[in-house]
Amino acid sequence: MAVVSPSATSRQPLTEFLGGRTRAGDERSLLEVSDIVLRFEGVTAIDTVSFEVGPSELFAIIGPNGAGKTSIFNCLSGVYRPESGAITFAGESLIGRRPHAIAKLGIARTFQNIELFANLTVLDNLMLGRHQHIGYGPAAAMFYAGKARREESRHREVVERIIDFLDIENVRKAPVSMLPFGIQKRVELGRALAMAPRLLLLDEPVAGMNLEEREDMARFILDIKEELEIAIVLVEHDMGLVMDIADRVLAMDFGRQIAIGAPESIQQDREVIRAYLGEQHESRGGES
Amino acid sequence: MRGRPLLYRSYEQDGGLLNTAAKRWWSAALLAVLVWVPFQASPDLVLLLATAAIAAIGAIGLNIVTGYAGQVSLGHAFFLGVGAYTAAVLNGDPAARSGVVGYGLDMWIWLPAAGLVAAAAGLLVAPIAFRLRGLYLAIVTLGLVFIGDHIFREAESLTGGVGVGRKAAAPELFGFSFAEPGTILGVPLARDQGLYFMGLIALVIMALFARNVARSGVGRAFAAVRDRDIAAEVMGVSLRRYKIYAFVISSFYAGIAGSLLYTISRFLEPGTFGLLLSVQYIAMVLIGGPATISGSIMGAAFVTLLPRLIEEVPSFVPIISGEAAGGFLTTQQLEQFLYGLLIVLFLIFEPRGMYGIWARARNYWKAWPFSY
Repeated sequence: MAVVSPSATSRQPLTEFLGGRTRAGDERSLLEVSDIVLRFEGVTAIDTVSFEVGPSELFAIIGPNGAGKTSIFNCLSGVYRPESGAITFAGESLIGRRPHAIAKLGIARTFQNIELFANLTVLDNLMLGRHQHIGYGPAAAMFYAGKARREESRHREVVERIIDFLDIENVRKAPVSMLPFGIQKRVELGRALAMAPRLLLLDEPVAGMNLEEREDMARFILDIKEELEIAIVLVEHDMGLVMDIADRVLAMDFGRQIAIGAPESIQQDREVIRAYLGEQHESRGGES
Repeated sequence: MRGRPLLYRSYEQDGGLLNTAAKRWWSAALLAVLVWVPFQASPDLVLLLATAAIAAIGAIGLNIVTGYAGQVSLGHAFFLGVGAYTAAVLNGDPAARSGVVGYGLDMWIWLPAAGLVAAAAGLLVAPIAFRLRGLYLAIVTLGLVFIGDHIFREAESLTGGVGVGRKAAAPELFGFSFAEPGTILGVPLARDQGLYFMGLIALVIMALFARNVARSGVGRAFAAVRDRDIAAEVMGVSLRRYKIYAFVISSFYAGIAGSLLYTISRFLEPGTFGLLLSVQYIAMVLIGGPATISGSIMGAAFVTLLPRLIEEVPSFVPIISGEAAGGFLTTQQLEQFLYGLLIVLFLIFEPRGMYGIWARARNYWKAWPFSY
């Protein structure tokens, strides 16, 4: 198997390539969502939801299945367009922008059901995360000399650093479809990181993982927040994880926003308990 | 790195085209064989190999849009035709009495022009193409073949019209003609050998370009669009832009291939550029191996040499006739059956095509005598 040793001169920390805070302005809130509404043929998927996410905040969205969590992500990343309401990211409106334009503003995401490029290697998947930072076109690509060659090496350097960060060196040249589920989730996180985002949207990053994989993933998420200072919006069903690592939590039910606040207050919230456990448990409130 | 050939000291080395000693040796050996063959084989076989080399350029083009970027195109014949006629018109004899237009320009003008005009045609089609995918795109590109076929038949001042045709471009570069006996570097070459080396040189250059595109960010974006288009867009890949790139690059290759292909037969007939030609190129891609450059070349060689093999069949199988009207099956019918049969068999048993067979053989011998 091929051995790759990065040249000794370029041992900068990953933050140099990916630091979220360093490139951010002094905005009080990085992302502002106000009163967005999304309907599909009579079903109201999102019903006037508003929240703000600060720079390097870890913001979690919870709610039962079908509450509209992933729909919010799809609005944020431009896959869906909300009927009304406003979304601003670092002062720019996101409404009506194509997904690739939103990616360019500095929003990266992972998907609930892994959406890796199955025929490509781990390396190529991560390199695709660098796509928006690539500055040469097809004509330069044909000759693969000068600028194109230098850029490829530079992006490879960043990608190798992420591979190192996520501890997936041994699979870098494996096609992703051959990898176990937990590793694929990690590769997808790496691909989003490679975009060098200011805001990372994680859609159920630990769904279907065993305890050890979940703990690893939680550690990576905290490292991304604390070391790389990238703001994160997290959708997750694992309440233990959410309550442990989130700064603030938004709870949703049937598209409506039912509570927002610190994890402790959400745990006590009667509406949240009702949404998760149903009406009859209301009297016993707070024991979940 | 003596003794440790797989130790790379830079990312550039790791990502190189010939990044192992085995690849370097095999490439050198293959090149030596390809240079040696035309001096040994019979002229008609050498011409067939020249055809295969040029067809491979077209197959690479189709593979870029269909194999790499995943956009099914049945319209390849149209772009081949655009290239062929651009070259023929630019190169044609201005003083000809036959009524067809000609400008008498040299190969260094008509060859790139054929590629560029075809690429421009691709650019015109792309806005329709990037709104559609899968079967719908196939239908639109199918329509393109019929529209093109009609235009080629009716534009008599450019194409000569049905049954008349016109002379194809003559490959004369700065006074040197590849299609006439001559000498290169003191080596005397017959017509077939000249055309063979023209095809080989063009193929090597175009294959290198395609390989570079494939390993660059552009090629990765193509694969992303093919594998998961929504995720690709969320990663920052503009679907519109990359589908257009894929179509334009693909038609550029088709244009170059079309312009060179008919320098061998020296004649262009408007009826050539129909659906059957497109299907032949699809067969090259699917039989050779989608999303591989070497597969495109293998596929093109196979599909080009197949008719020659089939010509031998009547002497073994009595119910198949070499005549146009006789026997249970004619060789031409057999040929078309075989394209269809081979496409189906490859799709079922080896979707990676001949490249996949080669990769399996290589991996087997890499591990030999162990099973893994």
